[in-house]
Amino acid sequence: MDKQRRKFLKIAGATALAGIGAPALIRLTSSTALAAEHGAAVGHAAEAAHGVPAPAAPLGVRLGMVIDMRKITEQPELLDNAIAACNYAHNIPQFDNRKSEIKWIWKAPFANVFPVESSYHLAKSVEKTDFAVLCNHCDNPPCVRACPTQATFKVKGNGIVAMDFHRCIGCRFCMAACPYGARSFNWEDPRPYIKKYNKDFASRMRGVVEKCNFCGERLALGQEPACVEACKGTGAIVFGDLNDAKSEIRQVLDKEFTIQRNAALGTKPSVFYIV
Amino acid sequence: MYNKGTIIPGLIIFVLFVTFPIWFNGLKAGTLPKPELPPGGEKKCVMPVEYMRANHMQLLNEWRDNVLRDDNRTVVTVEGKPYRKGLQMACMNCHSNKEKFCDNCHAYTAVKPYCWDCHLTPKEAASKEVTH
Repeated sequence: MDKQRRKFLKIAGATALAGIGAPALIRLTSSTALAAEHGAAVGHAAEAAHGVPAPAAPLGVRLGMVIDMRKITEQPELLDNAIAACNYAHNIPQFDNRKSEIKWIWKAPFANVFPVESSYHLAKSVEKTDFAVLCNHCDNPPCVRACPTQATFKVKGNGIVAMDFHRCIGCRFCMAACPYGARSFNWEDPRPYIKKYNKDFASRMRGVVEKCNFCGERLALGQEPACVEACKGTGAIVFGDLNDAKSEIRQVLDKEFTIQRNAALGTKPSVFYIV
Repeated sequence: MYNKGTIIPGLIIFVLFVTFPIWFNGLKAGTLPKPELPPGGEKKCVMPVEYMRANHMQLLNEWRDNVLRDDNRTVVTVEGKPYRKGLQMACMNCHSNKEKFCDNCHAYTAVKPYCWDCHLTPKEAASKEVTH
């Protein structure tokens, strides 16, 4: 009896020691790997300390848009044409009441489009012009993070923030997440309010969120987005790959001073404005 | 057996009642649906007929994911004729009458697909067509 108890206590003690000691032991043995990592990090930090760290080289295609508001100020009908082309291409309903409104590309005054920029003593021409507003197809889209069903997502091949209407459950989290108000909810059946049907595109149903899709279906056919096509030849809207240094859009961006909507949020919008 | 007199007739009545839909229709499943063949005279679908009959819904889902999610909009070519992946863009091009083609079987099998909540039937699309 006595002997057995002694044996039990020995085993229990050894087990407890091993249990307590194991984490420390693991930490000790893996410390070499940690040290190596730490060294590398220190080296990196030193490099960055000299100036702004270079942004990672962009990969793949990222479609973007430059809207030249100087040209739209000159010819306001360009924007009307662009909106009409989009409305037809995507079977967008036209409601009279603003609550039900469905907007893919729409007009808004400077102060609403750029609430962060000062609109104090704004140039008269800018103050009077309606700005073209659409989904920014952010590189870091907050709506995509908010969507519980992955109905909205970033297309890998071209950076378009797209929607799969089949999956949308109408929770409107994306609408709350989008800082640009680029998303609309179908409060009622849109069908009776669609003026003309494009038979190659579907309509939506009640209870679904929708927004600009950068005309993914037209790009597949080698066409330009409907709004870009509507302004063809004027250069009012330039569309292209932001990651391609030789693209037309990059030539414009390299030459002109452009602003993005509320860039400080870190959403990295792909739509640029020349004011 | 106790209460033989009530249990056995009761069972018979129960079985007759449960099988009512079968014997009431004369042990026939009703007239089989005959979906209309493409009025344009197309003979070959994007997949064999047997496959389409059983799996068209899976194919449509596959196409949907290809087009929307994977940006894979490769055109399907059948007998030299290109078809873009899509219910409105491919299927309804040949099967241009939804009422006589889709609804025929769907009504018979009592399935209610929600395709047409958003997608336009050729008839609906033609009702508000561009005139210019």
